[in-house]
Amino acid sequence: MGVVFERPKSLTQQKFHYCPGCHHGIIHRLVAEVLDELGLQDRTIAIASVGCSVFAYDYFDVDAIQAAHGRAPAVATGVKRSRPESIVFTYQGDGDLASIGAAEIIHAAARGENITVIFVNNAIYGMTGGQMAPTTLVGQETTTSPQGRNPKNAGYPIRMSEMLATLPGASYIARTSVHDPKHVRETKKAIKEAFQVQVEGKGFSLVEVLSACPTNWHMTPVESLEWIKNEMIAYYPLGKFKSAEEAK
Amino acid sequence: MAKVSFREELCKGCELCKQACPKGIIEMGSHINAMGYHPAQVTDMSKCIGCAFCAWMCPDVVITVEKEGKA
Amino acid sequence: MSKVLMKGNEAIGEAAIKAGCRYFFGYPITPQSELPEYLSRRLPQVGGVYLQAESEVAAINMVYGAASTGARVMTSSSSPGISLKQEGISYLAGSELPCVIVNIMRGGPGLGGIQPSQSDYFQATKGGGHGDYRLLVLAPASVQEIVDLVKEGFDLAEKYRIPVMILGDGILGQMMEPVDLGSETTLEAGEKPWAVTGKMGRTKNIINSLYLDPEKLEKHNRHLEKKYLEIKAKETRSELYQTSDAEIVVAAYGMIARVAKAAVDMAREEGIRAGVFRPITLWPYPEKELNQAAAQAKAVLTVEMSLGQMVEDVRLSLNGRLPVEFYGRVGGMVPTARAVYEEIKRLAKTYGEVK
Repeated sequence: MGVVFERPKSLTQQKFHYCPGCHHGIIHRLVAEVLDELGLQDRTIAIASVGCSVFAYDYFDVDAIQAAHGRAPAVATGVKRSRPESIVFTYQGDGDLASIGAAEIIHAAARGENITVIFVNNAIYGMTGGQMAPTTLVGQETTTSPQGRNPKNAGYPIRMSEMLATLPGASYIARTSVHDPKHVRETKKAIKEAFQVQVEGKGFSLVEVLSACPTNWHMTPVESLEWIKNEMIAYYPLGKFKSAEEAK
Repeated sequence: MAKVSFREELCKGCELCKQACPKGIIEMGSHINAMGYHPAQVTDMSKCIGCAFCAWMCPDVVITVEKEGKA
Repeated sequence: MSKVLMKGNEAIGEAAIKAGCRYFFGYPITPQSELPEYLSRRLPQVGGVYLQAESEVAAINMVYGAASTGARVMTSSSSPGISLKQEGISYLAGSELPCVIVNIMRGGPGLGGIQPSQSDYFQATKGGGHGDYRLLVLAPASVQEIVDLVKEGFDLAEKYRIPVMILGDGILGQMMEPVDLGSETTLEAGEKPWAVTGKMGRTKNIINSLYLDPEKLEKHNRHLEKKYLEIKAKETRSELYQTSDAEIVVAAYGMIARVAKAAVDMAREEGIRAGVFRPITLWPYPEKELNQAAAQAKAVLTVEMSLGQMVEDVRLSLNGRLPVEFYGRVGGMVPTARAVYEEIKRLAKTYGEVK
């Protein structure tokens, strides 16, 4: 018998610290599989951000940098500009990318930085204990929107992919989900395309992955899958918003 | 013929593999692992088709899948 | 090499290039904009990268990224912009990344003004950002010294894996003086085994300032402390002017030390034995050198373009041994040699033997 599925080489043996059913582990694995398949492990530099995925530098078996909250795209810019031959990716959550780091992501995309961004959108601040995020859905209860997000007070959730796709500098923008095996495969395909865009020097690529936070959503991991499918995708439609061919 | 094996010590009992299995052959064990979770296990390996859906969904990279005729 | 006439801000840029710096990330702000303008022309000519960031916050994080790869990298700004960079500076210090940060100070607080000031001394030498850390702070007093200290700054930054700040003021940035730019530094490849460059068969490198385990963070803090103590012991720099017999020692840094020298010359003509102590490193503060300079002194006068910041380090260094008085102008107003001379005369009358 031959192995059809095993742990990718671009992951270390470190056990993930994530809660049961958290999708960070799936997305980490997909990124690592893509790095393996494209033969990029030795030339890759990962930029971890602040949030639950802060320890990403321990999980990816590649050179890595831990960045300040929201600043990963700026750090990645500094890395890529000084080492254009390296493959550089950031791994950021929704608080990091869509709130405190909104300026950095927009300008990295606008400059067409030849980097790849993995954007994990779980509509909540996980690490700090379930507060409202820039991507929290209207009506969604969090510890800082206990009656549900009220747009009159808290405004509306931001569709980052659609917004970034309007920028001429952005070459590849896709939103995917990992709520079932089919969508996991599609996410991997998108991540692979995004890295290929960088390898070919075609500019800024970003994959937004809709992801579950069962602990702070107060759901079981299996219930969380349904919530992504029924609630999140309704507001955050899946798809490719920009491909390298139609860029510029 | 196919075979899935679980690194039980990594399993957090989230049941995403169980949910994904098209043959319904994954159950959570009655025992607990060192982390205190009921780890996933296969009830009838002869029914496994090696689709790897369980492994695709596993957030903790617990599962290895082997299949006849694959090198 | 023959001397060329250069503006302070532009000399910083050319000195950085001579030091092997090929990466600059910045954001425009008066009174230092000639520096990014100069580098935006020059860096592409030498195969380097000039990038105008979306903010000072982004610029310092680009520095963090480039420094992580082992590149020689610089950013510059002026007071309000340096405030914005503090988060990144703390991360650079925590992650032990070498770089050079230039602050051409202007008046504050808030938006303040655009005229010269020395009111960021506390920010530069006492922290600025969060956490127990230090910057190596160099304060040039001439365009030539800018060139020398920028070059030395890059070397010190790499020797100790520490961010270095060049602290100047608007006068220094804007004025022109003849300078000898010296020779080009040749950088050796592969001298930074800690840098992230892609792991290429070795075990992976991580640039990080996060230590959740308190025992590990304490160990990291102690490691930084050890480095800071070594810098304190080895890297103080200062200049003494007429101090060997001085009854009145004027302590001043940067451009104001030059004003102080003129005042001391006036005092000497009147028979007052005065001298100047000029710290070149503001951190580490040259405590021993100040005490030596003030060995014969009856009093020390500190002169600054602030409400009195460095004066605290002067007092700490002298530890109550001598009276320390302060004279300062603020808001972009510059102390004149005449005003400093009057202060020296007043101190000589109060404390001196020669009345």
